[in-house]
Amino acid sequence: MMDTLGSTSVKARRSTACTLTEPLWIKGLLIGLAVLFLAVFLILPLVVVFTEAFRKGTEVYFASITEPDAAAAIRLTLLTAGIAIPLNFVFGLAAAWAVSKFDFAGKSFLVTLIDLPFSVSPVISGLIYVLLFGLQGWLGPWLAAHDFKIIFAVPGIVLATIFVTFPFVARELIPLMQTQGSEEEVAARVLGASGWQTFWRVTLPNVKWALLYGVILCNARAMGEFGAVSVVSGHIRGLTNTIPLHVEILYNEYNSAGAFAMASLLTILTLVTLVLKSLIDWKSRVH
Amino acid sequence: MLQAFHRHRVLPGFGLTLGFSIFYLSLIVLIPLGTAFLKTFTMSWDQFWTTVTGARALASYRLSLGASMTAAAINTVMGLVVAWVLVRYEFTGKRILDALVDLPFALPTAVAGITLTAMFAGNGWLGSFFESLGVKVAFTWLGVVVALTFIGLPFVVRTLEPILQDLDPEIEEAAATLGANRWQAWTRVIFPELLPAVLTGFALAFARAIGEYGSVVFISGNMPMQTEITPLLIMTKLAQFDYAGATALAVAMLTLSFGLLFLINLLQWWSRARYA
Repeated sequence: MMDTLGSTSVKARRSTACTLTEPLWIKGLLIGLAVLFLAVFLILPLVVVFTEAFRKGTEVYFASITEPDAAAAIRLTLLTAGIAIPLNFVFGLAAAWAVSKFDFAGKSFLVTLIDLPFSVSPVISGLIYVLLFGLQGWLGPWLAAHDFKIIFAVPGIVLATIFVTFPFVARELIPLMQTQGSEEEVAARVLGASGWQTFWRVTLPNVKWALLYGVILCNARAMGEFGAVSVVSGHIRGLTNTIPLHVEILYNEYNSAGAFAMASLLTILTLVTLVLKSLIDWKSRVH
Repeated sequence: MLQAFHRHRVLPGFGLTLGFSIFYLSLIVLIPLGTAFLKTFTMSWDQFWTTVTGARALASYRLSLGASMTAAAINTVMGLVVAWVLVRYEFTGKRILDALVDLPFALPTAVAGITLTAMFAGNGWLGSFFESLGVKVAFTWLGVVVALTFIGLPFVVRTLEPILQDLDPEIEEAAATLGANRWQAWTRVIFPELLPAVLTGFALAFARAIGEYGSVVFISGNMPMQTEITPLLIMTKLAQFDYAGATALAVAMLTLSFGLLFLINLLQWWSRARYA
């Protein structure tokens, strides 16, 4: 309790200190309440994932994550993220460049549209591709005639993943590049740098942390997406199952240890994401 | 040469980057979303209306809206406490807790779903405690609220933290020197200042909760008319190849989501005007 006294808000305000911060018991109460809430909703779930995953011992754990269907799910998840992230990365850079370096009509509308996928339910994100490419969909008959499968196949999973991770890189870059303005780029150009040189040597170093930030969030969501992928996947074991879908199948088969073992892989990914995120926060504040 | 100083001429790539952005946006987002709206035109208005106001649909809206509203309200109150504590007080473990606030945002929803179910089921660590009090959480309405509270947790905290950090200490000092006690300063000076951000956080958490699927389906029990959220009903209709029905519900939900998005934009605009 002693260190609660060292509150930052008390600095250099001795005369009115008693009315500038809360009484000690209220402070203690608020801290207790916050810690209890966060412990139940954030720390306990982490403990539960790993306890359940190792409930039947390490052997079962490692068998669960190395069996062929699990390995296929891991491969598909990596492949999906490997396609979705670079595409959204390029889009994010292009959109941020257009929005932050130039003035044009409808700019703020464009920025709103980029955020649109965030306000669409994951289930609907999958549904729209079924309506477009499914057998009953607009392009379905044509695709079937050309023997090209999108829905209930890997391309559908990739498309749905691209949709749900669409805004991540762009929304990290746009506000930052807008505040940075374009004076430095203009200076580089006036001093004789080419467009690409300006981009590589001026713009990119200025936004690298935000860019990395966007990519790791995009990656976490791409590897963990469940609802949208569930609609378009068709749940074929070993073929169209990503890690989250494999978790669901195992769970519904009452193979709790297996489901939590796969879930623990995603949890480790999440923890790594959060650590990287904190590091980037810290780095970008130092520089 | 004078033109060279006009930045449109100096920086290259306007046509290329804007063209590509609009092309990619249309291909991935606008055209697919548009097909959902177009698809409803293959139904008559009566068909559409009967589908979106069917008894099972109405029950799912009641659950989705009620549980999302409850969860967002819990998150608003607790988010305010958490953000306040994390910004204003010092205590051990604060940094780790602060970093963990983003967990629900980064943790895959399916993992959250099975984990919360394991915690709150009758034989779970917390579930057995609640059951001894005679309260069932998992597979009831409460379970849905728990899952939605989890996934909405970061929104209020992360919206409030920067505002609290930038809050000018002078206004609190002024209130104190003018004789306000701490409670008066809080209710009359600090809270009104935070209000736009609080409302934005609430709306963001609510909007996220409305569409949530993965974390809810495991803990809700999915009983038609009782614990079936709207996204799950869409899923059920799809599994029965009722594409028109699924689309009608999806369009109803999209309309609500876009309305919320508009409201959030207004709130953020108000916040910016306030805090600028």
